[in-house]
Amino acid sequence: MSVHIRVNPITCEAHGLCAELLPERIHLDDWGYPIVDGRPVPRELMAHARRAAEACPTLALLLEREPR
Amino acid sequence: MNSGPNDATRLPRLLLQARGEGTMTLAEHLQLRGELATSDPHAIVEAIADAGLRGRGGAAFPTAEKMRAVIANRSRVGGRPIVVVNGAEGEPVSVKDRFLLERVPHLVLDGAALVARGVGARRVIVTVPDGDDGRRAQRAVGQAVTERAQHRPDGASVEVVSVPDRFVTGEESALVQALNGGPAVPTFIPPRPFERGVERRPTLVSNVETLAHVALIIRHGPAWFRALGTAGHPGSLLATVSGAVERPGVWEIESGTPLGALLGERSGSPRAVLVGGYFGSWVSGDIAMETGLDNESLAHAGASVGAGAVVALGADACSVSEVARVLGYLAGESTGQCGPCVHGLAAIAAKARAIADGSADLHAVNQLTAWGADIAGRGACRHPDGAVRFLSSSLRVFAAEFDDHMRHGPCDACLAPPSLPIGPTPALTR
Repeated sequence: MSVHIRVNPITCEAHGLCAELLPERIHLDDWGYPIVDGRPVPRELMAHARRAAEACPTLALLLEREPR
Repeated sequence: MNSGPNDATRLPRLLLQARGEGTMTLAEHLQLRGELATSDPHAIVEAIADAGLRGRGGAAFPTAEKMRAVIANRSRVGGRPIVVVNGAEGEPVSVKDRFLLERVPHLVLDGAALVARGVGARRVIVTVPDGDDGRRAQRAVGQAVTERAQHRPDGASVEVVSVPDRFVTGEESALVQALNGGPAVPTFIPPRPFERGVERRPTLVSNVETLAHVALIIRHGPAWFRALGTAGHPGSLLATVSGAVERPGVWEIESGTPLGALLGERSGSPRAVLVGGYFGSWVSGDIAMETGLDNESLAHAGASVGAGAVVALGADACSVSEVARVLGYLAGESTGQCGPCVHGLAAIAAKARAIADGSADLHAVNQLTAWGADIAGRGACRHPDGAVRFLSSSLRVFAAEFDDHMRHGPCDACLAPPSLPIGPTPALTR
């Protein structure tokens, strides 16, 4: 079962930590909000992805088991 | 040839005897349409499926599939479903749902009662825009509900609720949140309304026109419904036609009818036609006149029917100024929840305004394209996606005009009075 990254755009406040912790999958737009690569997270990035999700001050970064 | 209401190829269907200003009473409605036979819930869903009815609120999702999703969640989650009639037609260039509610509310209420029976709901909530625009519809539906309670109690209880007359209110999750006592703004999904909606129950949110079609499908059968329209989009549809046209108003046409027939060909081709309202796409005038109003035909022109709003832009209007105004409106209609929508649409609107004013830098059009690609799909709802769709077709169809404004500044037509309506919908008389 694959894991995908998703942002809750309502709770996201553009702190930008996720893009620093997971630059392989996340970059920021012109206003500091994350643009997420929707492909499944490979095993070797899972620890970083979890760290990024936990670091988000508003818990807006979600790791989901199924593609939406 | 049979010319009665049962004649499958006769138009109008929904708007039969709905001309004039009045509201059809229950007695008139029953005289014209006949009583609804009580049907088995399963048979209702099957008839709607066989008819191939798709939602007329814009997304064209198969109505029977939506009903089945609600039914599946009823057994999975438990709880009796609720039916919400989506009359929150916040789109400034669409008035067809309001028109139905004002003129033939019983057709809509019949459809609501039928889908309620189909999904096992006992409660129907009819939502109508608040304020002056929705006042007549509120009154018409309110009276219709009273008439029905007196003369022929429906299986389900029906209440009428007015909701904010804003562009985003009709988005399903926004409507559900409003009915739950919250603000009428979209929520992060899942859960979707069919999973957990009003009062956390599985909720069927269905567009007004969709339900009016249901009332006729159950009366006349799926084959009757399919006698008009295309295979993929059967039936008739309501189009709200405005702008540089011979006869503005709400018209019922066969799905697939060429836009030229709808716009009137006496005055020649318009500069361009906006199909699907402010979430829709521009099609250049000469192509539009030959293109059918159905999703298969429109796909070749990069457009889709949406909720059936068709706006013709005349040769005397400035496309760049009009596009800039609409983008400004759409930016203002962001509910302010999601950063990419708030900041992205504001930046896009400002840049488009700068192009119209002749004060933009040389990269402005490329910047608009890039921002459009950046914000698509990044809101909780489809508001930014719709705005970006409008933007990208504008840049494509009006490429020469955008280029001209970048190089030479405002044109003569920029001074003309605005042509595309924004904000509260002007009355479209017919």
